[in-house]
Formats: sequence, C-alpha cells, structure tokens
Amino acid sequence: MNAIIRDAGTRKRGDEVTGRRGDAGTGRRGDGVTRRTGEAVALISRAAMILLLLAATATTFAQQIGNPSTQDGVNPARGTYAIRNAHIVTVSGAEIENGTIVIRDGKIAAVGTNVEVPSGAQSIDARGLFVYPGMIDAGTQMGLVEVGQGAPGTVDTSEVGDLNPNAKAIIAINPHSAHIAVTRVDGVTNALSLPSGGLISGQSALLNLVGSTPLEMAVVPNATLVINYPRTATGGGGFFAQQQTANLTEALAAANRQVEQIRKMLRDAEAYGRAHDAHAKDPSLPRPDQNLVLEALVPYVRGERAVVFRAARENEMRGAIKFAEEMKLKPIILGGDDAWKITELLKQKNVPVILTGILDLPLREDDAYDMLYENSAKLRQAGVAFCISSGDNGANVRNLPYYAGMAAAFGLPKEDALKAVTLYPAQILNVADRLGSIEVGKMANLVVTDGDLLETRTHVRHLFIDGRQVPLNSRHTDLNDAFKNRK
Amino acid sequence: MVCRTPADVKRESFLMETTMKRLLVNFLVWSMLLGVILPTSMAQNRAANQETLIRNATVLTITHGTLPNTDVLIRNGKIAAIGKNLKGGANARLIDATDKFVMPGIIDCHSHSMLDAINEGSLSVTSMVRTRDALNPNDIDLYRELAGGTTTLNLLHGSANAIGGLNTVVKIKYGRPVEEFLFPGAMPGIKFALGENPKRSNFNPQPGQQRRYPMTRMGVEETIRDAFTRARDYKKAWDEYRNGARGNKNLVAPRRDLQLDPLVEVMEGKRYVHAHCYRADEILMLIGIANDFGFKIRTFQHTLEGYKVAKEIAAHGAGASIFADNWAYKIEAYDAIPYNAAIMTRAGVIVSMNSDSDERARRLNIEAAKAMRYGDLNEEEALKLITWNPAVQLGIQERVGSIEVGKDADLAIWNGHPLSVYARVETTFIDGEIFFDRQQDLARRPELAKERSALEAAEPNRPPTGGPSPQSPRRRRPTNADDDLWDGGVEQP
Repeated sequence: MNAIIRDAGTRKRGDEVTGRRGDAGTGRRGDGVTRRTGEAVALISRAAMILLLLAATATTFAQQIGNPSTQDGVNPARGTYAIRNAHIVTVSGAEIENGTIVIRDGKIAAVGTNVEVPSGAQSIDARGLFVYPGMIDAGTQMGLVEVGQGAPGTVDTSEVGDLNPNAKAIIAINPHSAHIAVTRVDGVTNALSLPSGGLISGQSALLNLVGSTPLEMAVVPNATLVINYPRTATGGGGFFAQQQTANLTEALAAANRQVEQIRKMLRDAEAYGRAHDAHAKDPSLPRPDQNLVLEALVPYVRGERAVVFRAARENEMRGAIKFAEEMKLKPIILGGDDAWKITELLKQKNVPVILTGILDLPLREDDAYDMLYENSAKLRQAGVAFCISSGDNGANVRNLPYYAGMAAAFGLPKEDALKAVTLYPAQILNVADRLGSIEVGKMANLVVTDGDLLETRTHVRHLFIDGRQVPLNSRHTDLNDAFKNRK
Repeated sequence: MVCRTPADVKRESFLMETTMKRLLVNFLVWSMLLGVILPTSMAQNRAANQETLIRNATVLTITHGTLPNTDVLIRNGKIAAIGKNLKGGANARLIDATDKFVMPGIIDCHSHSMLDAINEGSLSVTSMVRTRDALNPNDIDLYRELAGGTTTLNLLHGSANAIGGLNTVVKIKYGRPVEEFLFPGAMPGIKFALGENPKRSNFNPQPGQQRRYPMTRMGVEETIRDAFTRARDYKKAWDEYRNGARGNKNLVAPRRDLQLDPLVEVMEGKRYVHAHCYRADEILMLIGIANDFGFKIRTFQHTLEGYKVAKEIAAHGAGASIFADNWAYKIEAYDAIPYNAAIMTRAGVIVSMNSDSDERARRLNIEAAKAMRYGDLNEEEALKLITWNPAVQLGIQERVGSIEVGKDADLAIWNGHPLSVYARVETTFIDGEIFFDRQQDLARRPELAKERSALEAAEPNRPPTGGPSPQSPRRRRPTNADDDLWDGGVEQP
C-alpha cells in the first residue's frame, strides 16, 4: 500500500490512510480496552477512505518524502469539507452520533445529523471515528525554544532584566519549529506561548499550530501579560544549591521589594496612559514622550487584557491575587500547585487557574502522593475556573491529554477532563467565541480520532486547524518512515 | 587567639545548647513527619507468610495472556496459584478485585531514585565505585513510585563518565532497612556512557578546573578501549597466576585493581553493561569494542537513535531501554522519535521503557501505552516494555516480570486497564506484602494533617521574632534526579 501511494506522488503516509492495522482496532472512548470492529466493514471503509483521501489530498499535500523540514510551517489552503458519519463530541453540548460537520471559510459552518452539504465539499468518511475540538495548551513556550540545552541560539524565552513588558512572544515565534507539527498531529491545535524571564516576562501569544509566519499563526498576537510573582525563598533548592539565609523576615522583605518594582512600573503605566488621554482630549496639554515599555502595559493596567501570574505556592498565589486586586488587574494564575488550598479565595475573587503541575512531584515531602493529580478535581468541586496545561516548553506539549487523563483518574469527571483541555482554556483566555468546542461559527479546529481523545493509544486520523486540513506528518513521522523499513 | 571571658563561654555554651536543642527538636519533628509516611497501620499486613487471595480480577499475566475473572493466590511471598474459584487458608486476606486488573509490578530499568550521589564525575573510568554505597531507603519518591505500581528499580550510576560505577537492582521495600531492598540474585551491572555526557560538552568546568579527558567521541572510544585493554592484561596476569599457583607456592599474586575487576567480570559475562547513548554512531562504536573484547552489551540506555541501527543492535543481541517520547532537550536528542520502541521491537530488539526520573517512574504505564499510539505495538507488547522485557534485561525474569505460579508476588491491582490513562493503582505488593494501598493512604490523612498542624504549632517550630526561622531539612538530592537533564548539580546558565 505504501508503495502505491508513494508512486502516486502524495505525501500522505500509507498507515494514516488505511487506518492502521487491525489490531489497533478502535480504542473506544471511555473503556480503555481495545475492541475489534468487523474486519470486513473496516476494509470497505478503508478502501473508500483511501480513494477519497487520494483524491482529496494528492495535490494539497504533495511534498517530498524524507525531508524532515518541509512539513513545518506549511500553511495549507482553506477548503470546504464535510466530515460525515462521525461521532461528534461537541464538548459544549450533547454528543452526536452519525453526525456531519461542514467546514467552510475556516469556520464550522454546520453540525448535526441532518446537515446540508454544500456541493464541491470534500467529503471525509468518519464512520467509526470521533470528532473533537482541538486541544488548547495555555501554558507553553511553543515556538520560543527549539533545543533547550546546547543550542542557546534557539532559545528565546527570557529577556535580560526584570521588567520587560514589551518583550512579545509573537515576535520570536518560529513557525518552522519542528515542535509545532509534532504537537498538532497528536490533536493539540492551539497553544499559549509565554515568555518566562525576570519579574515582568513580557506578553504571550495565542497560536494556531499552523502557519507560515507568526502572524498567520496568531489567534491573539498579544494575549496576556506575564508576571512571575516573586517567591518568598527561604533555603531549599537542590543538594548543591547555594545555602540561602533561612531568614523569613529578610526573605519577605526581598519579595516585597520585587513586588514594589512591579507596582511602580504598573503605576507609571497608568499615569502614562492618563497623560496620553489628557493630551488627546486637550492638545494644549504637553504631549508625553512615547515610551514603548509603558505603552505596552496600558491595556493591562486598565483591565482590558488579562495578566498571567506564575505562582505555584499558596503564599505566592495569595500575594498575586491581592496585588491584582489592588492594581485592578485581570489575573490568571499559571502553575497553581497549591490552588486546592485556597479554593474559597479563588472562587470569591473569580480568579481562574491554569494548572501546569499535574504530573509534577508534590511540592513537599509530606504532601499526599496524589496532591497534584487531584488538584483539579478539588478546584472543580469548589467551583473554581481552571484548565489543564502541560506547562512544557514545546517538545512535550503533545502529552497534554495525559495530564487531563491523570486528573480524571484521580477524581475529575471525564467530561471535565476533556473540557479542561478544550473549552476551559478557551474561556479563561477569553476566546470561547472562537475556540474550545464544536459549534457553528467557531474556528474549524477539529481532530478526528479512532478513540477517546485523552487515551494514550488513540490515533489522530484527520486534523483541521483554521479550516485547513493539516497533513499528519511531522519530523517524527518522517524519521519513522525513513528508517522503519531499513534492511 | 583572643581570650574568652567566662561570660563568653557561658554565652557560647548557651548558644550551643539552644542550637543543639533546636537541632534535636527539629530532627525529632522531621523524623516523625517522615516517619508517619511509613504506614504504621500496615505493620499487620507485613507478615511475610500472610496469605492473600485476590479474587475475580482480570489478570494480565504477560507471558500467558489475559485471564478474565481469575483469582491469584499469594502464599509465602510467592504466587501460589492462578485460576478460578481458588480457596485460601482460613486467615487469608481476601481482596475483591471485580472489575479490576492485576499486573506484574513495573520494572524501571533506569532509575536514580534513592541515590544520594549519582555521578562520581572526577574520572572518566569509575568502575570502582558502587551505587550500593549511596542508597537512601527513606526517599519519599520511592513511595510515590510504589503508588504508580512500580516495584523494581535498576539504580544506575550517572552518565558523566565513559565507564561509570556499578548499579544496584532493588525492590522498593519502602520503610525497610536498605539491605532488604537488594534484589536477590539480580545480575550485577555497570553503567557506561557515550557521547555528549562523558565528553562533558554541555557542562562548563568550574573556574580553575581543567577540562577532563575525553572531550570528543574519539576520546570516549579510546577511553573505553584503553580500560578494556588494561583489564585484559590484568585478567591475563590473574589467569597466569591462578594456573601457575597450583604447582608453585612462590608465585606472587597480582595486585588487586578495584577499577579493573568489574571490567574483567564484564568480559567473563558475569556483569551486564548498561550503556547510556543517544546517537547511532556511538551505538555502533560500543558494539565494535564489545566484539573486539568478546563481551555483550546487555542494554543500551536511552538509545534515542536506536531505530536507525536497530538491526545492528539486534544482531549484537543487546537490549534497549528507552524513553517513550522524550526529545529535543538537547541537540543529541533532536532525532529521538516516539516510534523508536516499535521499530526496535520489530527488528527483534528487547526493548524496555524506563523513567530516568522520579516523576515518570510513577506512571510508566502511560509511557508503555505510547508505543501503541506510535508504531502500533499491541497490548501485550506494550505491557512487556515495563515488565517482562526489563526483567530480562536485568536477569531477573525467573522471579519477576510476569504473573506465573512460583514467581515472586510483586504485583499491583489497578482500577482499570493499566494501559488506560484513566487507570489508577489501588494496591501494590512486593513479595506478597502490601507496600502501597490507596485506601489505607486515604484513611491516614486526617491523622497526618492533625499531627502536622500540631507540630507546626509547637513552640520549637515557631520562628522567634526577628530571628531565623527553623531550618527545614533540604532534600538530599535534586527533586528530579533526571540524570540526562540534571548532572552533578552544576546548574546550567
């Protein structure tokens, strides 16, 4: 089969088209145990799929085999598609059996069982398959780092100095990073990429994981401000870490000095904004010099955009929430390892949490072994808004579904685990009108799978981002293809 | 030296006394805090001869398929029977495992848990040092690993040296004296390392420190070849002595060389080589040396580019112990692909999935399942990656790695299929004893919380006004003792 398809000159891998081998079966949603479908049915549908896909993709995805770089950053054209006979997990509403989704102009044009398919639409038979909204990871550094160690030229995460509100992730995103295709082919279609240096790290970008330029990728180019809320450090660290003075008073004072630095800059930005407004209203008033750094902060100090505070421990989170209230910011907590301890405060102040530590070791030696596994279940129970993130810099963002799966293994209902990587991050990032569920009018970011989206054994069969059908190859599938049959 | 007045002496002795008191109190407090993690209520379950009957489980035997609605009888630490409607003795502990799964304890073929030291990084050949001398049985991460169904660890020296130290294979008998951890009869092993770590390319020497030889892959090869050349001569000297000594009392024995003894054992097939490697060229290089000196490499560790030379690895007869999908954390890891397990398995290499991390060692089931997503291994092949295959790689497959009558009762009960992301461990047994039980863990928590708050409120733990707050004990090693990402404590800029 491979040979035929390769002769046809398409880049589509044989395995993907035929729907893999029989023993993969259909890892049905929910039960985690492989079941076999009728081989005959499978064969027929595979044959049909091959023909359809050959027709549909031959021209769109024609690429060279064995060139691991070509797939990254390619931006396929938008098309009109009809995904038929699918089990549709809309996330926001009821699941639909045997449904059809129409994709047009980058958007979901129709969803349901009785849907009119526009003429000329490319049809995808998804019998036995599932359609989910693409997953969203709200805590990454996607595109800002290619190789963490030994290649500093590929790392653009942290700027020099403590206060860099004007450091914009969207400027430095590498659309041709191999991480992007590697991530999306496992069903993660969107990532919030956050800078990480100093106290005010810069501004994050919310990305579609497809595109030839950073702006083609951008859903929201400057999505949030990112602040590393100062830690109260009293000793600790690794075996070889420098022994710090375990003086709580001193440590608190040091953290307060850092908070004061941030406060001062935000106050300056408020004043800067007011001065500009005053000048705009009354040109006889002196026109303040333009200051790019302060200008960058204005929408944030006015509460027009959210501010992400990196904070894992209880006192850091309390500090961040108090600070945000004082400065009238719109806070989001990123990290949140101790969030389960302050659910009342989070609820009361309506502060959402992006949990990045679900698969981290617990913070303290005497913490319960499952403290971080069950963190999200406790937040849900308390009614705190949260979502689940890998917290990874890029290479391992594809593992996002397993973070949610682990949360589900420890008390988070499965529906919420799914929402925690789709609709909830969209809501927290204020893009739920465009992302996070399968609804008419939303961006067509869709993942077609042969099983439960969060299950490890599930395979992604088709992928759409921004209404573009994205090929399922990556640096990894290309290397696999190049070597798997080496004799 | 300045003379001290009696007042000085008094003040000093007072200070010393209060410091000692504080230290003592802290020591007691923390040993209690740590101690409580060791479940006292489990003591009753600990009798080695306790009989246990696990009923009506789905048993993933690994070697004999999946058995639905099956009982497993554990007696004297061994699996005594597997079948339907088994009967235990009158005092047998009964566990209803309806809708639950029983699988062998997970074996992690690359771990640095419970090691107080990982790298003796001062020399390029450190075959004279033993991980056995750095074991900390109180490492809390051991308990967390038990809670993920992991029961056996291959504790390896780090990868700073071309030839590193000796390994230790342990059962995670958390709460027991360190001697009880040692896996009886496990083949001794030694860590080798190839490529970027032994050449220290990602680690800057401290100021005033010279670069260590080697710093190229050429030098790594030469270092290993030189060591085996010396070991071969050394062995020859001993062989000659032993052969000659029978008839000649005047022969003088060669000087014992603790560095070369383990390498002689390698050449005699009495010690397994576990070799850290990433790139394909390194792998072929070590196979070349092994062939020249007539030994086998037991496992390549990490083996990121193993898929590029799978047939050469298979032909040599080496195994590979790998990450599921870790990549791009350094240049040498940029060609790592998650299809590695599948490609090597299909080529006939015995593959295991390891953690090299206290964190991942808690969920190796998910790592194994990734081989189903990437490369379509079937369930049994995926499960073997963390049970049977690592058992073979460590030479302990007669005792563990599958559920068979007569084998050690090292197993875990899961509330779902362990290859499902939604599954969780309920109970973990080693030698028939419970070392983790979720219900017992949950039941203990209110008591622990109470104890903790009492301790926090206790006078010695309250920071005096303006003074230093009490020292909390630092971890004895980094939280994530991930040898490849962390090395020797030298923070990277």
